[in-house]
Amino acid sequence: MTLHAHGLNFAYDRRPILQDVAFAKLRPGQLTALIGPNASGKSTLFRAIAGLVSATGTVTLNDEDLGRLSAKERLSRICFMPQFFAANAALTVFDVVMMAHKNLSGWRVDSEDMDTVAAALHDSQIGHLSDAYISELSGGQAQMVSVTQALIRHSDVYLFDEPTSALDLNHQLRVLGQIRSAIKARQAVGIVALHDLNLAARFADHLLLLRQGRVLAEGPPADILHRPQIAETYGVDIHISKGPKEDLVVHAYPS
Amino acid sequence: MTQITESPTVGDIVATYRRRSLLRVALVAGAALALFITVLIDVITGPADLSFFRVAHVIFQPGVATPKEDVIIWDLRLPVAIMAVVVGAMLGVAGAEMQTILNNPLADPFTLGLSSAASFGAAVAIVLGWSVLPGIGALFVTVNAFAFAMVASMGLFLFTKLRGVSPEAMILVGIAMLFTFNALLAFLQYGASELQLAQLIFWQLGSLARATWAKVGICVVVLAVVLPYFLSKSWALTALRMGEDKAAALGVNVNGLRLMVLAGVSLLSAVAVSFVGAIAFVGLVGPHIARMIVGEDQRGFLPLSALAGALILSGTSIASKAITPGIVYPIGMITSLIGIPFFVSLILSQRKRHWQ
Repeated sequence: MTLHAHGLNFAYDRRPILQDVAFAKLRPGQLTALIGPNASGKSTLFRAIAGLVSATGTVTLNDEDLGRLSAKERLSRICFMPQFFAANAALTVFDVVMMAHKNLSGWRVDSEDMDTVAAALHDSQIGHLSDAYISELSGGQAQMVSVTQALIRHSDVYLFDEPTSALDLNHQLRVLGQIRSAIKARQAVGIVALHDLNLAARFADHLLLLRQGRVLAEGPPADILHRPQIAETYGVDIHISKGPKEDLVVHAYPS
Repeated sequence: MTQITESPTVGDIVATYRRRSLLRVALVAGAALALFITVLIDVITGPADLSFFRVAHVIFQPGVATPKEDVIIWDLRLPVAIMAVVVGAMLGVAGAEMQTILNNPLADPFTLGLSSAASFGAAVAIVLGWSVLPGIGALFVTVNAFAFAMVASMGLFLFTKLRGVSPEAMILVGIAMLFTFNALLAFLQYGASELQLAQLIFWQLGSLARATWAKVGICVVVLAVVLPYFLSKSWALTALRMGEDKAAALGVNVNGLRLMVLAGVSLLSAVAVSFVGAIAFVGLVGPHIARMIVGEDQRGFLPLSALAGALILSGTSIASKAITPGIVYPIGMITSLIGIPFFVSLILSQRKRHWQ
């Protein structure tokens, strides 16, 4: 399973959001971190891949042009977790994860469905929230529910838009670990939009740097993080060191 | 974020869900039973002194009825009681889906100006004597009300199709139509004779007394077409309550769904309002009661909204006959009186966990 994009362009009110975006084939089991400053086009790129905005250009999955699929077929192969989570509905956590599991079809909920959803909640360590209304959740809890909704679906590609932005340190590490394990176990293609370069360095196999709707660089974290484009893009001074576990640590200072 | 202290087992989580699901089914069944009882009470309530057993006898063995009993039960009371149930269910369902697609707790068939349009249509018939369908006879007020409500719906439908279907835009256009039709109605009222004015006010107050089996049949057919469609879209409509983005990511065609549901809601509201007049609050309150009891999983929310709407209108029908023996009050007056205290308590409970 490989994901490839070529010549993606999208404009909103004549303002270009994506400009000739292309990336090399993303491999199965590989987790890519999509990094870039605010308003660099990360969310729009996800929407373009998922087919939720009508961008020009080509997105292929295993060399199959996704533009030829219906919206429903495309979204059954690509699981997209949006950034925002409207949470004022009288729906329980179990209800909304069940909804994602049922993929909007089939009225009946059988024992197998219930066990699958309960296991997913348990694995995400949010089983204690199963009976809570989503309107009662904190931002971080809602985000964990969103990740669980995404991971309960079986897709070829998983796109997570800032899945850890509302999480504390412990949960950031755990949720990204969970996403990484799922991508590897399912041999799916995973892309995670992240602002924290340290998390990107630790969890991603591949980095995609976006700035003003263009891909500036892509490659392994050890290569990309050392490039001057990173500091230029973010407008900060960056210093990379090795952590106690031989992992990369990014130090950023105002330039 | 709350630190996790204890983690229930998979079995515990399933058991909790099963309990909640059973409770939901029991509550829907309980509401259906309560509705059956209110319909029975509605049928035995009235100025003619007929006992429960006599009424039951006449219904189940029509041959035993005297001509007078036959008329009272089969031509007067039963159509009214059934009409209350069907129209209540229509308004409950219309309100539930209006609130869902507009993501607004105050939305009901009246928010978008549909009832104002219907009232204006009735006024055109009563004051000007114009009928959109000449030769329709005594039904011309009803037909005019329906036609104008559908015109308002079509206007909204076309606007949202041309200019995008954001809930905010739909509500604003609906409010604009509400004021426009109210202003036009005021013009007609200003020029109306006293008799016409009295007729118009009586129509606007809403009445089940105009119920006939033919009207009941039309309402049942409309509900039988629209409700299964809405039920078939249960997951998509539930997903919509989590936000457009989330629903779209799950594969819901948000704009298409909004337009189709708007069409269904318009049909339900236009038919209901044209037959019984402007009955307020049923479409607003019914879904809120359902939401508080079973939440917003549409598989439970939609049937219970229908049942709650039916219960309110059936109860109102009883109250309209029971307040002063011998007098049947227009139901529009009574639904509002029931609705306002609920509405206030709704505002007071806004700090609760979700909008109710």
